Amino acid sequence: MASAETTPILELAGIGKEFGAIRALHDVDMQVRPGEVVGLMGDNGAGKSTLVKIIAGNFRPTHGEIRFGGNAVNFSRPVDARAVGIEVVYQDLALADNLTAAANVFLGRELKRKFGPVALLDHKAMASRALELFGELRSETRPDDLVKQMSGGQRQAVAIARTRLSNARLVMMDEPTAAISVRQVEQVLGLIHRLKEQGVAVMLISHRMPDVFAVCDRVVVMRRGEKRADKPIHETSPEEVTALITGAKEAA
Amino acid sequence: MAMPMESPVTFSNVGKSKWWQRGIFASQTGYVLLALAVLLVVMHFASPYFFTEGNMQNVAKNFSFVAIATLGVTFVIITGGIDLSVGSMMCFSAIITSMVMTELSTPGGLGASLFVHMAEDGKTVVANIPGLILLVSVLAGLVVALLVGLVNGFCIAMLGLSPFVTTLGMLSIVRGLCYVVTNGRGSFPGGPDADYFYALTSGDVLGLPVPFIYLVILALVMALVLHHTSFGRHVFALGGNEKAAELTGIPVVRVKIEVYVICALAAGLQGIIISGWLGSAPANMATSYELNVIAAAVIGGANLAGGIGGPLGAIVGCVLLEVIRNGLVLAQVSSYWQQALVGVIIILAVLVDRIRSRMI
Repeated sequence: MASAETTPILELAGIGKEFGAIRALHDVDMQVRPGEVVGLMGDNGAGKSTLVKIIAGNFRPTHGEIRFGGNAVNFSRPVDARAVGIEVVYQDLALADNLTAAANVFLGRELKRKFGPVALLDHKAMASRALELFGELRSETRPDDLVKQMSGGQRQAVAIARTRLSNARLVMMDEPTAAISVRQVEQVLGLIHRLKEQGVAVMLISHRMPDVFAVCDRVVVMRRGEKRADKPIHETSPEEVTALITGAKEAA
Repeated sequence: MAMPMESPVTFSNVGKSKWWQRGIFASQTGYVLLALAVLLVVMHFASPYFFTEGNMQNVAKNFSFVAIATLGVTFVIITGGIDLSVGSMMCFSAIITSMVMTELSTPGGLGASLFVHMAEDGKTVVANIPGLILLVSVLAGLVVALLVGLVNGFCIAMLGLSPFVTTLGMLSIVRGLCYVVTNGRGSFPGGPDADYFYALTSGDVLGLPVPFIYLVILALVMALVLHHTSFGRHVFALGGNEKAAELTGIPVVRVKIEVYVICALAAGLQGIIISGWLGSAPANMATSYELNVIAAAVIGGANLAGGIGGPLGAIVGCVLLEVIRNGLVLAQVSSYWQQALVGVIIILAVLVDRIRSRMI
C-alpha cells in the first residue's frame, strides 16, 4: 500500500503554455499521488484553469511532459484524457436539468440491451448502478428524480458519481463550493473524502480558503503562471497562502 | 479504507413528490389533454353531428395532415432548435414526387424507358413491376427532403448559424425552388401508378384514414426512439444543456444534423400525403403550414427553450387545433375567427404552464 501511495498518479514536468505572446504557464512541476487531495489556489489569471485544461486535454502544453500512471501521455482531445482516467467536475457541473440523475450519470455512455438489431436503453441497470454510486458517496439522491428539482449538494453528487462510473483515478474539481449553501458545502467536502477513501486522487481548484484547509492534504499556489508554493497543508497557514496568492510573499 | 454501501441509502430529508406532481400529470401535455377531453364533451352536447362517424373520420384525417410534420419538428424543438422550412419542404417533396411520377410514366420521358413503353394501340403499358414507379417517385421526394435537412443541419451544427435564420432562409429558398421547377404551375401525380398513390395517401383501411395509421405508427416509433435509445437521450440532453452534452462526449454535431434531417423527412412525407389528398401539388401548397405545425407542437407541450416534448404532445396539440376548427365550423362561426382563436390558445397553453410551474 505504501509503495502504491508513493508512486504519483500524475506527474507534470516543466509544463509551459504560450498563447501567442502571452505566457500563461511557465515551467510547472507537480505530482499528485493516489488518494491525495491537492488544493490548487491562485488569483484569477494565475494559470489555474490553463493548467487544469492542459491536464484534461483541452489544450496541448507548449513545453514539458505529462506522465499519468507512470506513462507519458499526450492528449489531443478531452476524450483522450477521460480514456486514461482523468475526469473533470466543472464549475457549472455540466448537467442536463431536464434529465434524471441516473440519465445524467450515464450521459454519453448509456447502458444498452440488444434486441435483435436495435440497442435499447437499459433503464433498470442504469438506475440501480446509479443508486449504488450515490450510496458510495452517501448522498441522498434518487436516480429517478429530475436534476432540475435537486439541491446544489445533490447535483454535485450526480456530477461526482459520473466520475466514479468510469473509475477515474484523478478527479479535478473546479470551484465545487462556489455557489452553494453552507450545509451543502459540508456535503461536497464529504464527497471529496469519499473519493479519497477509495484511492482517487483529487485536485480541488478553489478560492475558498476554509474548504481547502478542511479537505486538502497539500496546497499548490499559482501566481502569474508559475508555481510559487507546494506544501503539506499542516506546514502552512491560510495567512501564508493568502500572502502567496497576492504576491505579498514571493515563494515558499 | 473503502467503505462502499456500508449503510443503504436512506431518504430522510428528501421527500418523493406526489404522483400527481410527476410525469405526465405535471406536464403541459397532461393538462392540454385534459382540456381536449373537456372540449370533446362540450362538443358532444353542442352539436349532434360532432361524434358522427363521418365527422370523426374527417377530424382524424385533417389532423393527420399536419401531425406527421409536427412529430418531426418536435425532435428539432426538443434540441432547442426550430425549423421554419417545414411548410415549403412539404410542398417541394410533393412536387418532386408528382413530377417524377409523371415523367417516369410518360413514354419518351426522361428515364421512362425503364418503366413504361407505348403499346401498339397507343396505350401506355407498365414495363416493370407495378408500383415501382410509385416507389421511385416517393423516394425521390424523400431524398430531396433529406438533402434539404442535411443543408439545414450543416449550417446550424457545423457553421453555427442560428436555427431561426437558417431555416427562415431555407423556407424562402425551398419555396422559390417549388416555383422554379414547376414554373408556377401545379403538377399532378399521374400515370399507371396514380391509383396506388391515391390509395396509399388518402384511402381508408378498416374505416381508418391511411394518414392516421401512418401517424400512429410513426408516433410509436418516435416514442421508442426518444425514451429508449441513446440517440433520444442525447436529443433531450442537447436541449437541456448543450454544453454539458458536449463535455460528456455526446456527438453534438451529428445529433443536430440528424434531427434536422428527421424533421425534413417528416415534412416531406407529410407533403406527399397531402398531395395525394389534394390530387395535385400546386406550388403554393402548404404555405404557412410551418406556423400551424410549430403552434401544435408548442400547444402540446414542446418547449421552445428545448429539453421538453414528445409525440403524445405533438398529436394532442394537432387534435386540439383540429377539434376547435371543426367545432367552429359546426357552430357556424365564421372561419376567419379560427386563426385568431388558434393564437389565443397558443398563448393560453404557455401561460397556464407558466403559472403551474410557479405554483410547484
